[in-house]
Amino acid sequence: MKSARLWSYLIFLTGVMYFIIPLIGMFEFSLRKRRGEYSFDAYTSVLTDAQFQQTFLYSLLMALVAIVFGILLVVPTAYWVRLRLPKMRPVVEFVTLLPLVIPPVVIAFGYIRLFNTSSVLPFLGSQFGTDVLLSCGYVVLALPYMYRAVDTGLRAIDILTLTEAAQGLGANWPAIIFRVIFPNVLVAVLSGAFLTFAIVIGEYVISALLDRPAFGPYLVWIGSNKAYEPSALAVMTFAVTWGCMALIQVVTRFSKHTRTSI
Amino acid sequence: MNWLGLVPFAIFSLLFLLLPTFNIVLGAFRTQQGAATLDNVMNLAQPRIAIAFWVSIKLSFASALIGCLLGFILATTVALGGLPRWLRQSTLTFSGVASNFAGVPLSFAFIATLGRVGILTIVIREVFGINLYGLGFNLLSFWGLVLVYLYFQIPLMILIITPALDGLRREWREAAEILGATGFQYWRRVALPILWPPTLGTMALLFANSFGAIATAVALTGSQLSIAPIVLFNQIRGDVLQDPQLGYAIAFGMIVITGITNLIYIVMRVRSERWLK
Repeated sequence: MKSARLWSYLIFLTGVMYFIIPLIGMFEFSLRKRRGEYSFDAYTSVLTDAQFQQTFLYSLLMALVAIVFGILLVVPTAYWVRLRLPKMRPVVEFVTLLPLVIPPVVIAFGYIRLFNTSSVLPFLGSQFGTDVLLSCGYVVLALPYMYRAVDTGLRAIDILTLTEAAQGLGANWPAIIFRVIFPNVLVAVLSGAFLTFAIVIGEYVISALLDRPAFGPYLVWIGSNKAYEPSALAVMTFAVTWGCMALIQVVTRFSKHTRTSI
Repeated sequence: MNWLGLVPFAIFSLLFLLLPTFNIVLGAFRTQQGAATLDNVMNLAQPRIAIAFWVSIKLSFASALIGCLLGFILATTVALGGLPRWLRQSTLTFSGVASNFAGVPLSFAFIATLGRVGILTIVIREVFGINLYGLGFNLLSFWGLVLVYLYFQIPLMILIITPALDGLRREWREAAEILGATGFQYWRRVALPILWPPTLGTMALLFANSFGAIATAVALTGSQLSIAPIVLFNQIRGDVLQDPQLGYAIAFGMIVITGITNLIYIVMRVRSERWLK
């Protein structure tokens, strides 16, 4: 039994090495910009780069729009399906899982063909329209995660009783959804939101094909033009991803008493 | 009346998910003038495209198979190997982060580690006297890409298979032992047959996951590598050759492949839920 435990540790440590070494590698590399000594020059160079600031802010904005739009779309739908249309659940669930089946590059291709300037809905005819289209694309990419998070959250509460109680007190539908249901699934919604953020912030394919100045295409551009800055950016992106996942853990644990599990 | 509540979702998914995809699939069977044809799909057989699909399939299969295997070993070690509980929780948390740390930054991390001047390349050369690149290793190659893809494939496997491992009841093991089974026999006859469907299902998911992945490969190889999503990407950007119908066909081919693998995933998932309640 003792040797079995030894093997467990050995296997585990090998795994840890594979996952830790690239992280050490990128961190070490990001410090090498100044010759002969470690420095944070690559970070200052990136952070003061106007293009970094613009693309990051742009992606940040897109992520926020996608999160708000995604919540407004998913929460009422998942609620309604559970309350009134349980028969439609497999269908809706199937649709929400489709973005995992259809590669993003195909979705972007479809947008370019369907929404070009000569179509009925010329989203791509203006810059604002393209931004709207891009954020809708992000809602689609995040749909599988957002829907599943919210649906799991709804399963943990008694929506029928809550709805009838609210109706008995004279609440209308918007009040029920936003003042009764929404606060009860807040944790699930937040998890979905952070996951959306982690997916959207470095997204490359759709923004590149729609030709928008997002963070993902900037990353690729800098990767082929600079030596140490890419590693600094990778470190920062990793920190952002880590932060999103940590926040999910925190909000989930914070509300353990509501028995919500994601 | 009840149907009204589903209208916003229906309109959104039709407009931004179903119609764009349907448009592509339809385009794959049409000429530029709109007549029905099978020529576009037939054109996928031309060497440039067929090879790209083949490389993509091999790449996804290799990274899914190895990711599945190593992920399974790691998950079993963490779940059943007698490691402290906090290690288990931190492994799951880290897996959540690593499975989302894909795309461009991931390739940067590996270039900084195993590129020509990466830290590991240098350490191995200076300390052990082994020149990796002299031995024919190249990060910007098929196996290099597999190595990078494993960084998000293994954690995804761990995340999905750990609940299945938790579903193995202690009673099953005890029952097997009372009946005189060795540890090997328990795994061979009891545990693995139960874990087989979710494992195979996850492998299908990992396959689809890397089949559609493009950003990592683009950042690593500068869109030179000929894999299906990059060929389509270049086709859409229009810098390869001017045949829009071929783009439809490539996209259709990709949907077919990820569709089949996801079908395998769903079927296996349903089968595995029989045991793992």
